[in-house]
Amino acid sequence: MALDRAAVAHIAALARIRLAEAELESLADELSHILSWVEQLNEVDTTDVPPTTSAVAASLPMREDVVTEGGCGDDVLGNAPRTARGFFVVPKVVE
Amino acid sequence: MKDGSLLALSLAEARDGLRRRSFSARELALAHNEAVEEIEPLNAYITPTPERALEMAEAADQRLARGEALPLDGIPIAVKDLYCTKGVLTTTASHILDGFSPPYESMVTEKLWHSGAVMLGKTNLDEFAMGSSNITSYYGPVENPWRRPGDNRPLVPGGSSGGSAAAVAARAALAATGTDTGGSIRQPASFCGIVGLKPTYGRCSRWGVVAYASSLDHPGPMTRTVRDAAIVLRVIAGHDLRDSTSAPVPVPDFEAALTGDIRGLRVGIPKEYRVDGMPAEIEALWQQGAQWLRAAGAEPVEISLPMTKYALPTYYIIAPAEASSNLARYDGVRFGLRVEGNSLEEMYELTRAAGFGREVRRRVLIGTYVLSAGYYDAYYLKAQRVRTLITRDFATAFEKVDCILAPTAPSAAFAIGEKTEGPIAMYLNDVFTVPANLAGVPAISVPAGLSADGLPLGLQIMGRAFDEGTVLRVGGVLESAAQFRHLPGFLAGGRL
Repeated sequence: MALDRAAVAHIAALARIRLAEAELESLADELSHILSWVEQLNEVDTTDVPPTTSAVAASLPMREDVVTEGGCGDDVLGNAPRTARGFFVVPKVVE
Repeated sequence: MKDGSLLALSLAEARDGLRRRSFSARELALAHNEAVEEIEPLNAYITPTPERALEMAEAADQRLARGEALPLDGIPIAVKDLYCTKGVLTTTASHILDGFSPPYESMVTEKLWHSGAVMLGKTNLDEFAMGSSNITSYYGPVENPWRRPGDNRPLVPGGSSGGSAAAVAARAALAATGTDTGGSIRQPASFCGIVGLKPTYGRCSRWGVVAYASSLDHPGPMTRTVRDAAIVLRVIAGHDLRDSTSAPVPVPDFEAALTGDIRGLRVGIPKEYRVDGMPAEIEALWQQGAQWLRAAGAEPVEISLPMTKYALPTYYIIAPAEASSNLARYDGVRFGLRVEGNSLEEMYELTRAAGFGREVRRRVLIGTYVLSAGYYDAYYLKAQRVRTLITRDFATAFEKVDCILAPTAPSAAFAIGEKTEGPIAMYLNDVFTVPANLAGVPAISVPAGLSADGLPLGLQIMGRAFDEGTVLRVGGVLESAAQFRHLPGFLAGGRL
């Protein structure tokens, strides 16, 4: 699958990464190259082969639905670039 | 005792020396703090923590004096800067985590400190552990303490745990933690002439290890001897309720598994690992390894792992897919770098553009693409089906053999600046290591010989899930047979 500049720009928008015009061209080449290389998987017959859905054989463990820790708001906010009155601060969103 | 001689000890020797009170934990920590400074030109550490090392060593000395020694009391250890360490800058070698000071400790490092180990600092790595050469670090590349004789060009230490490998090889840590997502413990161990162990998936908790590809990330030890790897693994292994994929299985005494007795063991030699273009010296070392194991009473058997050639392309779909999801959290809101924008959307985009390096951006974009509507089945689901076949390959092989012998990497260390002819040339470094990550089985790299140009080469033993005991035992036999006594040119404390 060859990606063009528009496709790369679309992927970058989905990934929320701003790319410079100049980067689109080289990334289109690089990503296309990687994609055509991984497409060798099409040689493999995977009819009736289930996809791996977990790295461990066991099903996920469950636990009682009770609070195990909390009350650490200062820790949660401690690394935030901007906070106010116990909240994260982001640019104004007006829809 | 001279400082240099303290640096030359193995972890097991240092442990025994501390218990005999031949030297104090403080002396050992001081010697290692100096060593960390001495190897600064290698750029192996991002954040040394010498004061913390001394505090921890003094606490260890008090326990040792009371005869209440913990398993790793007084042992100086380096931590890959992908592990969260409470109150200590944790960067993942990325600009985007600028200034991040975790409010909690990773489970693996918590177990180390609770066992008396002494923290020397945080080691350099490829950004978010994405790379095989350590050149993608925001903090600059790490240099391998080894050089080709007569050639002054700096070499890569491998990656992504390149700082950990260089620090251990240059005697500026008795052991280090690494993480292995596609070979990131074993390949740098091979490049730097040390031992690297990737345990079974679920053996060591991933809690507090910054996620790259969650279904492939394996924390594990990097040491100078197989015994040392066994000692550290016993401490850092174990079930953890905070990692839902952590395995509720008992942790055996891995050191006790090092009996040296491998008589009657069947060792698989996978024919598909004879890849095109593999240097003859690596093929020769592999055969030598099989002979060593045969001489020790094991039986080498040719086996087939037919899906081997598809492991890398499978990995380069699944790992970026998981990375694109895991790295969505870096948005400038809760931690790390923030580049202001006129809207929330613009702040996200500018922050992530400024914060992620080129290789990370590439992988996030690939991952976003293979998970996007219309392409999910063709790429991601296809790769997960092939992954099932790769896991079945190993299951079939382990019906016939007890472990598998292979080279660790298709080359020795290369110069910084080589292998830049596109990302895939770099990805091929992981051809022998990636399958064990996809299947989740344990694997160790042991230094086994030198290349024609005088650089270390490792051999790899893979085993059944949760059978690190056999992996370590066979690795120990390889280590004894190889008698790898070579030292790198750059050695803290000098050569004795």
